[in-house]
Amino acid sequence: MKMTKPGQKRLISNAITYAIVIVAYVLIQILDGSGNLTSSLRGQLVPICAYIVMAVSLNLTVGVLGELSLGHAGFMSLGAFSGVIVSLGLRDTVSAGPLRLLAALLVGAVIAGLFGFIVGVPALRLRGDYLAIVTLAFGEIIKNVINTLYVGIGPDGLRISMSDQASLGLGESGTVIMRGPMGAVGVDKLASFGAGVILVLITLAIVLNLVHSRSGRAIMAVRDNRIAAESVGISITRYKLTAFIISAALAGAAGALYALNYSTVVARKFDFNTSILVLVFVVLGGIGNIRGSIIAAAVLTVLPELLRAFNDYRMLAYAVILILVMLTSNNDRLKQLRWRIRSYFQHSSRRQEAEHE
Amino acid sequence: MNNPAKMVPVPSRAIIPERDLGVTPILEVSHLGINFGGLNAVEDFNIIVGRTEIAGLIGPNGAGKTTVFNLLTKVYQPTRGAILLDGKDTAGMSTMQINQAGIARTFQNIRLFQALSVEDNVKIGLHNQFKYSTLSGILRLPRYWDAERKAREQALELLSIFNMERMASYKAGSLPYGAQRRLEIVRALATRPSLLLLDEPAAGMNPSETEALMANIIKIRDMFQIAIMLIEHDMRLVMGICEGIAVLNYGKIIAKGTPEEIQANPAVIEAYLGQKKEA
Amino acid sequence: MTFLSYLVSGLSLGSIYAIIALGYTMVYGIAKMLNFAHGDVIMIGGYMSFVATAHMGWPPLASVLLAMLVCTVLGVLIEQLAYKPLRTAPSLAVLITAIGVSYFLQNAALLIWSSNPKSFTSVVLLPSLKLFDGQLTISSVALVTILACVAIIIGLTFIISKTKIGKAMRAVSEDKEAAQLMGINVNQTISVTFAIGSALAAIAGVLLCSAYPILSPTTGAMPGIKAFTAAVFGGIGSIPGAFWGGLLLGLIEIFGKAYISTQLSDAIVFSILILVLLVRPTGLMGRKISEKV
Ligand SMILES: Nc1ncnc2c1ncn2[C@@H]1O[C@H](COP(=O)(O)OP(=O)(O)O)[C@@H](O)[C@H]1O
Ligand SMILES: [Mg+2]
Repeated sequence: MKMTKPGQKRLISNAITYAIVIVAYVLIQILDGSGNLTSSLRGQLVPICAYIVMAVSLNLTVGVLGELSLGHAGFMSLGAFSGVIVSLGLRDTVSAGPLRLLAALLVGAVIAGLFGFIVGVPALRLRGDYLAIVTLAFGEIIKNVINTLYVGIGPDGLRISMSDQASLGLGESGTVIMRGPMGAVGVDKLASFGAGVILVLITLAIVLNLVHSRSGRAIMAVRDNRIAAESVGISITRYKLTAFIISAALAGAAGALYALNYSTVVARKFDFNTSILVLVFVVLGGIGNIRGSIIAAAVLTVLPELLRAFNDYRMLAYAVILILVMLTSNNDRLKQLRWRIRSYFQHSSRRQEAEHE
Repeated sequence: MNNPAKMVPVPSRAIIPERDLGVTPILEVSHLGINFGGLNAVEDFNIIVGRTEIAGLIGPNGAGKTTVFNLLTKVYQPTRGAILLDGKDTAGMSTMQINQAGIARTFQNIRLFQALSVEDNVKIGLHNQFKYSTLSGILRLPRYWDAERKAREQALELLSIFNMERMASYKAGSLPYGAQRRLEIVRALATRPSLLLLDEPAAGMNPSETEALMANIIKIRDMFQIAIMLIEHDMRLVMGICEGIAVLNYGKIIAKGTPEEIQANPAVIEAYLGQKKEA
Repeated sequence: MTFLSYLVSGLSLGSIYAIIALGYTMVYGIAKMLNFAHGDVIMIGGYMSFVATAHMGWPPLASVLLAMLVCTVLGVLIEQLAYKPLRTAPSLAVLITAIGVSYFLQNAALLIWSSNPKSFTSVVLLPSLKLFDGQLTISSVALVTILACVAIIIGLTFIISKTKIGKAMRAVSEDKEAAQLMGINVNQTISVTFAIGSALAAIAGVLLCSAYPILSPTTGAMPGIKAFTAAVFGGIGSIPGAFWGGLLLGLIEIFGKAYISTQLSDAIVFSILILVLLVRPTGLMGRKISEKV
């Protein structure tokens, strides 16, 4: 059968998204090669990639699944610290940096995905606001627990303690990786811009391919109408979990990438504010709009660097942006009409019965 | 009305009054009931639907018709009673399992996946027909291409029942009201049900649309050889295409029979007249 | 003795949570939204009282009244400007807006008062109570907090069950459309709910800062989230639920800190939240809401 218009449109739209990333990469390489990149901007390249992955993956939860997660930074944190531990643990056995980075990203993704499952099972049974609060609580728990962790590598492998460094009993030969509230220290800076761009492209491929597949449609069906989705034989729990776990795993990989760009990493970095920041990227780029997430994450990470004077007002501006985007996007007469019809169907059965019967 | 063991000319197309069909009926419901906060919304509901029967469920507003559908599809868990689908007990099943077991439905208050295209809505109905794993989808393995192609062909074929193929790329939420109702039927059909429940399929349709719908309901039954049970207020539709009709009032069945029997039943006339006076 | 003093601290912290939780629960019950910014209204209340006493030399009680007045106006203003246009919007949009408002208040406070913490002087000037020959000291703030909480609960229960506006609130929380048909002014009822909740937030803010005398722009965030947790514990929408949930949470936090781990106390509180929701998704006293299809 011939490919119809929407299919083509979708293909072109996806191609543009990939192209934007690749063109941006090439341009930045050219700028860098000709010495036109400031060092502060160069330092932002890996974090930008990490934030793009964060934004795209959160958009999977917020835009595609239609659930609000306020603990996305918690998954980033899990990925960051497990990635750091893996990269340092492999220091003696694997010498190639890129391989260790790959291992760190994979383990970061798996650990975060695993926690996505653990949190998702209870949380996804809850409705809207409750889910948001549980994910928030989860983020706080992660921050809290990681803040008390001491991790080191001794001659006989990994040692973990929750009281202090001495109790690790590493002796002379061991390496301390995490020192409680001081976080991870002596991290190898394995991350590079190139690796970051590859991670962004992989993330895009995963999310875009997922959305345009059987599972993606099931996820969107659950979002658009839970009861109708069930009535056509779709398992709500299964697809909510699928989206949530993939989203968490990608955040984990982003965390590992982010962490391996610095020599020290603290759990405080991945707090509620970071979750909100990523949410701002998603909302500003357009809920459900993957390309928008990329652009918003990149621009909003670079902008404060360029406009230092503006820095004091940045957070205030983000807050205003969040509110205004919500008010305007829901205030458009047409939109409001549509939503009104929809909430009619969802909330007030009495009135609607009177109308349709 | 409950005179069993009466011979039926076409065994596969028996009607609502309990009779020996010779084959297992598709649906056998006995003593079904539910109450909401003390109010018995449905009480002692008994019905049998033959394998290729078109059955009607009528009654005044608030009689409990939609609730019956919600009970059959386990959107609400029944307080009492048994539902046998194709002879098998459905106790403990979820809405999803009920669909997989063979019941599909539409909703009185249209529940489409508004933000998605018409084609995607039907493909979602085909969810359990052309399966492949999430991973195959992400990695675009051959199974993905194969299943997607088949799903697309099937979706367009199903849409063609209502001449809706050319709307495949439209957003479901942007369709006119009547087309949305038809799309819901297509989506339900996509799940390959053996029993299709239609909740007020003609609501909001003009007379000529209703006329076409009647022909299409019969066409669907004949094409797919399935049973259809419908709730409808349009008496021309009900009397025109239903082979058996049950009348519900205040949650209880007050009459069952053929269209002719129902039209002549004093209790039914009373129930509808009472309704008119209130209105 | 130490056990008793932990008990008193737990009850006092729990009372603060309960007062905050009341605001969440009332707004949730009536406007069906999670007012994420509620915690930050607490912080504004704290700053108002601080500015009045430290900069303008007002007596403590007057500063509390000022805080209540400002917070009430602020609460109603937030509702009118940010939430009211979204009455029919999906809950995701409302929640994101509320988060935006919360962020706005925090960052506005940051610009006005800077991130340097202010040391807050307690508004309760009474001497602390010494019992058992001085072995057990109960601070006057703790006592006043517990008494204030009990008084507020009694007052609120009275308002809701006996007054006209209380009846309107109950009707709106049951069924907005039906209430409207019965001639109840729904918008006005929602505004009054925000006003009461915000006034309570101001009281909670002053009591919180009196007990833990450090005031910064993020002072309200964590207690706000925990109080919401308390409201969920008790069953959101339920006033006794907010009371018991608040007390329980305060006790868990203080005893967790004392007997398990100081650093992990927040993790303990939040883990219990997740557990409660797992077992009873509607909280300890919440009602099951079923969706009509
Ligand atoms: N989830 C529910 N909770 C409480 N009452 C309900 C619920 N669903 C339906 N009802 C009540 O059950 C009765 C029957 O409703 P329904 O089945 O929708 O009637 P209809 O015959 O018009 O389709 C009505 O009084 C309705 O208000
Ligand atoms: Mg109905």
